[in-house]
Amino acid sequence: MVVTCRIIPCLDIKDGRVVKGINFLGLNDAGDPVELAERYNQQGADEVVFLDITASKENRSMLIDTIRRAADRLFLPLTVGGGIRTIDDIVMTLRAGADKISINTSAVENPLLIKEAAQVFGTQCIVVAIDVRRHTSRYDDHTPVQLSDGQMCWYEVMTHGGSRSTGIDAVKWAKLAESYGAGEILLTSMETDGTKNGFDIPITRTISESIRIPVIASGGVGTLEHFYDGFVFGKADACLAASVFHYGEMTIRDVKEYLAGREIPVRPV
Amino acid sequence: MKTIAIIDYGVGNLRSVSRGIIKAGGKPVITSDIEMIAGADGIILPGVGAFSEGMMHLAPLQEVLVNSFNSVPILGVCLGMQMLMELSEEHGMHKGVGLIPGVVRRFPEAKGYKIPHMGWNTIYQEQDDPLFEGIPDESFVYFVHSYYADTAPAYTLTSTSHICRFASSVRNGTAWGVQFHPEKSGETGLAILRNFLSL
Repeated sequence: MVVTCRIIPCLDIKDGRVVKGINFLGLNDAGDPVELAERYNQQGADEVVFLDITASKENRSMLIDTIRRAADRLFLPLTVGGGIRTIDDIVMTLRAGADKISINTSAVENPLLIKEAAQVFGTQCIVVAIDVRRHTSRYDDHTPVQLSDGQMCWYEVMTHGGSRSTGIDAVKWAKLAESYGAGEILLTSMETDGTKNGFDIPITRTISESIRIPVIASGGVGTLEHFYDGFVFGKADACLAASVFHYGEMTIRDVKEYLAGREIPVRPV
Repeated sequence: MKTIAIIDYGVGNLRSVSRGIIKAGGKPVITSDIEMIAGADGIILPGVGAFSEGMMHLAPLQEVLVNSFNSVPILGVCLGMQMLMELSEEHGMHKGVGLIPGVVRRFPEAKGYKIPHMGWNTIYQEQDDPLFEGIPDESFVYFVHSYYADTAPAYTLTSTSHICRFASSVRNGTAWGVQFHPEKSGETGLAILRNFLSL
């Protein structure tokens, strides 16, 4: 066997409950994170991601408690992101039972956080999450990405939950994050997130082929085939989804059986 | 019930290993106390992160590990396994605890392969060992690492393919090491921890 393609359910957590944003807006409540995580464990999830979207200081202890409860009941890898800004935040999160932490805005604001965290905790537990937005206007110093219709564009890194522009080229940022010691890139495209039209294949593929660390594709899954496309055309090492799983439109078992049928290596349920 | 000392020398996630031991029917003690470690029925050396940093933190506990060798079972997990080897070439040459012969090397670059080797992969059982009693060959376990142990077949219990065929678990005397994370490998991992408790 080779290392298998991973299917990762993502639980967006606000005030201790699971929610999922549509294009990062309009939240709907979808349940208890630990119960959901356990359900996904039984369905054959390869990892679980908790993304804390409250990320305020007051609610930190609530999240830590959720991580503890999850770690006590799950025997599979858990990544936690949202509101992690300092080495102390990372220590607290790992101590509670997370295996990896994901940093996004704080890494853009202070790239040395990646370096420092990788030195202390090891590259394997530092996930750099990158939210990107597509621009069809081309500037020479940005990495050109070709869309399926042949049009050229570039992708910009967005921070603060996708609300703030940075002007930073996403491909260059991914390479820099790798060189600073990121162990994995979690890539979410604002173009596709919440659309159910499939992952943003052009940017996923470009980044995956530009770096040596694994890339998790995120944002846009609506059908089983979208997972296939993410692995085969997007060259993703893992595919992440939220609402299709939370609302029971498909199970992780469905995805794995479908992928296995199309000769994608997956860990059987 | 067996008391298992989980060596605490840093900042990683020890909670999962500890919960795994409870679930497997043992009594875990997360500790950096030499007497507690010396008095345990078994020792787990966990670990994530860089080799030299890990060895630096482990330095005060190296002697108790060496003294426990061949009297109680010792299980190194991931970086913990690597630290039980003789040498590592991670960021220069560094000495390990040396309970298991072999050298820790970085995966060579290869087109189409990602480093770290991250995710679920299979273990091929190379020889019978009580640690893998009842575990079907080619079971899936969870890996996260950029370095692997280069050792002789005599010390290799299982092998796994990623870029090269490497030793995914090793043994010398009462020192066992697994490159994967049993505490993150679902039912298969728990079965391995149960086996460790009955060594």
